Amino acid sequence: MTALRIGYYPGCSLTGTSRDFGESTRVVAEALDIDLAEIPEWNCCGSSPAHMIDHVMSVALPVNVLLKAKKAGLAEVMSPCSACYSRLVMGKHEVETSPAAKAQVEKVLACPSGALDGLPKVLNVIELLARISDRIPPKVTRKFDQTVACYYGCLMVRPPKVTGFDRTEDPVEMDKLVALVGGKTIDWSFKTECCGASFSISRTSVVGRLGAKILQDAVKRKAEAVIVACPMCHSNLDLRRGEINKRLEKPADIPVLFITQVIGLALGIPEKKLGLHRHFVRVKFPTKTAPTQAVP
Amino acid sequence: MSSHHESSSARDSLAARLEKEGGVSVADCYQCGKCTAGCPAAVDMDVAPSQVLRLLQSETPKHEERALSSLSIWLCIGCETCVTRCPQEVDLPRAMDFLRQEALARKLANQEADDVVAFHQAFLKSVEKGGRLFEFGMIGDYKLRTGHFFKDLGLAPTMFLKGKMSPFPHGGGNKREVAKMFARARAVKKEPQK
Repeated sequence: MTALRIGYYPGCSLTGTSRDFGESTRVVAEALDIDLAEIPEWNCCGSSPAHMIDHVMSVALPVNVLLKAKKAGLAEVMSPCSACYSRLVMGKHEVETSPAAKAQVEKVLACPSGALDGLPKVLNVIELLARISDRIPPKVTRKFDQTVACYYGCLMVRPPKVTGFDRTEDPVEMDKLVALVGGKTIDWSFKTECCGASFSISRTSVVGRLGAKILQDAVKRKAEAVIVACPMCHSNLDLRRGEINKRLEKPADIPVLFITQVIGLALGIPEKKLGLHRHFVRVKFPTKTAPTQAVP
Repeated sequence: MSSHHESSSARDSLAARLEKEGGVSVADCYQCGKCTAGCPAAVDMDVAPSQVLRLLQSETPKHEERALSSLSIWLCIGCETCVTRCPQEVDLPRAMDFLRQEALARKLANQEADDVVAFHQAFLKSVEKGGRLFEFGMIGDYKLRTGHFFKDLGLAPTMFLKGKMSPFPHGGGNKREVAKMFARARAVKKEPQK
């Protein structure tokens, strides 16, 4: 198996509030022989606040990240955080389709014209894992024997013209990865419903209302966990569980795991290395069962 | 038009500017309401998303001010559901971004949205200062801006214990470069739009 080298943009969340996503991404990549080349001196993508109140910077910040990747000789960049992924693909799309936006960004970045041609391709973590999915089954040492709800959220799939990822209203790529390591996934109605995203701090009630609907459906359909690939989806369903449970008749106690943590558990990586201990809602199902044969 | 940009006789409607600056044509909307039906925030809004477009379609100052001073533009989460489902592909999230910035520039932002505005401003200030987001500093700034000193304090100890929050900036990145980008962007925004 030859190592796959790919540009890596962790973004701010993966070094802070979603350290567990960053930790599990790194150890899983290592186990699957993926060489994550972190973009040197990367900056914040601007996230929601930039596109909400500063359009110019909402394009310039992510494009600056991609320019650094290009200068480092990276043809592709993988960003696990859905919000960063969205800003990177949207920024790239805007300079590639609008000459006026491109000219503006060239000024903000003080770069010569032409510098923004041929920016790297942007991938999310599901796309990367799907690409090398044949490497996963032979390395599974512990079947992920749970029934779970794969929750994609907004920004991996929308807008489809820009992301070009999976089926917009009923994506399946994460479900396929869970099945690959022995898990079962439920059919449910909230795969791509919004969790309230950046309103976690400024309008917590919105996050409580939307999260309650999402968890209620997952629990009703017998999911034992919700699987995500976005720091905001994770914190809104995990850290904000108190706010959500205020609105549910029966409090939801199912944990929220990152897809990289699920793959990591199946690969036999210790839960501490995957950051499971950092969750607010504890993972109660067994994660240290006796090693089994690889999944056929 | 640019030479008369400032004069009142040559007023560009918001719809015209949105088309020129953001490539969004509000005339394409035929008011089917699909955006509103699928919007996760519509239930809390004072003006439904489809109605925001309708206000812009009239191109009258009165209706434009109603859109700019609405709470709705600050409750849009940016989930992109509306534009994904719009039969006319009207980029409503882009229109919302445009309206928020215009509302701030004209000091028409709805006061009920002060907390939302404060969060966005504190976030960007943190990025401008540090190149990357420094969560602890950003939340401190947000509390100063809003006076919500006690909100979420109960979560803080667990966040520190679980390593999800640090009182120290992450380091790394290129602070000076990002600060210069913000400064140059301010100059770019002052140039007349072509």
